Amino acid sequence: MAELHFELVTPDKLVMSDDVHMVVVPGVEGESGIMAGHAPYMTTLRNGEIAVYRSQGAQPERIPVTGGFAEVSDRGLTVLAESAG
Amino acid sequence: MASLKALKIRIGSVKSTQKITKALNMVAASKLRRAQQNATAARPYSERMTDVVASLASRITPGPQSPKLLAGTGKDDTHLIIVATSDRGLAGAFNSNIVRAARRKADDLIAQGKTVLFYIVGRKGRPVIQRLYGRSIIAQYDTSEMKNPTYADAQRIAKDIVDRYATDGIDVVHLAYANFRSTLVQEPTVEQIIPVAPRRPSDEAAEPVAAHKAAAPAAVEYEPDEEEILADLLPRNIAVQVYRALLENQAGFYGSQMTAMDNATRNAGDMINRLSIQYNRTRQAVITTELIEIISGAEAL
Repeated sequence: MAELHFELVTPDKLVMSDDVHMVVVPGVEGESGIMAGHAPYMTTLRNGEIAVYRSQGAQPERIPVTGGFAEVSDRGLTVLAESAG
Repeated sequence: MASLKALKIRIGSVKSTQKITKALNMVAASKLRRAQQNATAARPYSERMTDVVASLASRITPGPQSPKLLAGTGKDDTHLIIVATSDRGLAGAFNSNIVRAARRKADDLIAQGKTVLFYIVGRKGRPVIQRLYGRSIIAQYDTSEMKNPTYADAQRIAKDIVDRYATDGIDVVHLAYANFRSTLVQEPTVEQIIPVAPRRPSDEAAEPVAAHKAAAPAAVEYEPDEEEILADLLPRNIAVQVYRALLENQAGFYGSQMTAMDNATRNAGDMINRLSIQYNRTRQAVITTELIEIISGAEAL
């Protein structure tokens, strides 16, 4: 299965840019798990944790974020947050 | 001809000036590296943000219900120019270039019969603007306590501006700052930040990525809907733009200061050489005169 390109960006730096298996983002209307091939999608995030699953069944890496939004396009998932980590 | 003593004092003072400029040059060089990193690190975020806002904006037909920050107030009478400069001088033409760009914009607008207001960030922009446009300064953000611009500062400035936008009858907001190209080149820029400037295909800011997005508007699923996302995003976008301007300014300032101080150090070196030659000539002339006096004295005996 193809990997999802995931970028986490804050105003200060590019926190993470990696190919991962799945990312769970805390959208305002509920959590959503994003995998490769997800349809174009955009949501604002509530303050919470992003869970990054590097491979299937792996322990997720959890990154707290505040104030941001997530965008899925053909280039992968981009999360813009005001602060992360 | 200047006396030997005066020349010596002069050389001494130029030397100590050179020491200062040299020290400032080195300080600026080391701070530049840091500031440059910060500015570069902030670019991806602001570029992505600009892309997203632009692509969202292109999907929404502005109506009376759409957010003011996006569609504007429907008028074009009162313009606010945010002039972001540094707090310190000794950086060549850095600050005056920014102020000049802002002035050109302001004069253009005034010639078209618009009202122009100013919002000053940083100390160095104030005197000129105050002299030329007097009462048009509506506020100043004090950056003297701020060593490195933080996102929190940018958020405060942005909030202040958004509040004023809502209450003070401002129609358009511009941001004047210097874009950091390299140590030698800082480009004074005036950008429109409110309402979000529509992107023209010829716009140099429209990168291939954005153009590609605009060309193929895929069916994107929004959660919540476009308008709500935009309402959430737009104030944040302004903070991001302000933050980027502050960082670019910071890097540009140190770059400019480094160059200016480098020049000043070199000039001081040249001056010391010239003065030393003059000093030695004068010293020799004095010795020769003394010798002539002794010899003619001896001959007279």
